[in-house]
Amino acid sequence: MSEEPKAVEKLQEKFPEAVKEVGEFRGQSWVVVPREDLLKVCEFLRDDPDLNFDFLSFVCGVDYFPREPRFEVVYQLYSTKTHSRFRLKTRVSSQDATVPSVTSIWPTADWHERETFDLMGINFQGHPDLRRILLPADWVGHPLRKDYPLRGPESIS
Amino acid sequence: MGVKGEGQGSVILTQLEWLVNWGRKSSMWPLGFGLACCALEMIATAGGSRFDIARFGMEVFRPSPRQADLMIVAGTVSKKMLPAVLRLYEQMADPKWVIAMGACASTGGVFDTYAVVQGIDRYLPVDVYIPGCPPRPEALLHGILRLHDMVQKGIARGASLRG
Ligand code: SF4
Repeated sequence: MSEEPKAVEKLQEKFPEAVKEVGEFRGQSWVVVPREDLLKVCEFLRDDPDLNFDFLSFVCGVDYFPREPRFEVVYQLYSTKTHSRFRLKTRVSSQDATVPSVTSIWPTADWHERETFDLMGINFQGHPDLRRILLPADWVGHPLRKDYPLRGPESIS
Repeated sequence: MGVKGEGQGSVILTQLEWLVNWGRKSSMWPLGFGLACCALEMIATAGGSRFDIARFGMEVFRPSPRQADLMIVAGTVSKKMLPAVLRLYEQMADPKWVIAMGACASTGGVFDTYAVVQGIDRYLPVDVYIPGCPPRPEALLHGILRLHDMVQKGIARGASLRG
């Protein structure tokens, strides 16, 4: 798995005010951007001819309860041209767990965002059809949240 | 058998009941459906000459609940799947029997979580529970033979519920 350090540098150069936090874990770098800048950063990562991250591997949510901002939404990108990967994150608070949908940039985000909505309760603004995808339609709550009871809400009484 | 006999007649009726039960147990047709890993052991039991369920008059796993009289709940029943399982059960013709195969179908198994039904006997009248995760085909065959015994003696729960 080859990693492109130039993606981080290019982002820092292009969006100096957006790239607040940069990190690395076992040779893979990640970048945190505010949700206001998410769409334009994603668009840049996809369209820049050197980076060309044309494939969104997955979207997922992480719950850092009780820290605030509580949720992190992670976008794992892949380039079919350079075979490199890149991880983009954005953070949202529990009061306002909303991020813009990236379905307009990578259509595959559709079901990934629905899953993240279903299990983690993140709202994706601009998603064409934000319904539950795994749990029954009438389910209450979002089970992958850290404060969700293991045996379901009916188990507490 | 809802017919009441007197004197000598009851002897004949008892024997008729024995005959009917013998017929029921000797050609019990399971519904061909599986829910999780346990289903694969059920398929091995059903489809392979190695275990050969046909020895017990059960070679036909029916794809339609209308033609089946034994439901083998083989695997984890998620709460989302439960309505479908219950509907299949209701579509089966009487008399019908239920085997809970494996830890998941019997108790929820290792999945003590919000999404999994903690034992199908909360919703269906289970006649035989087969322990194991998954039970081996021999265990399934043993459970089925136990059910045959119960049907022959007229003490299987699924049938007795309906008199
Ligand atoms: S009892 Fe074990 S083998 Fe059977 S469905 Fe459950 S986890 Fe799978």
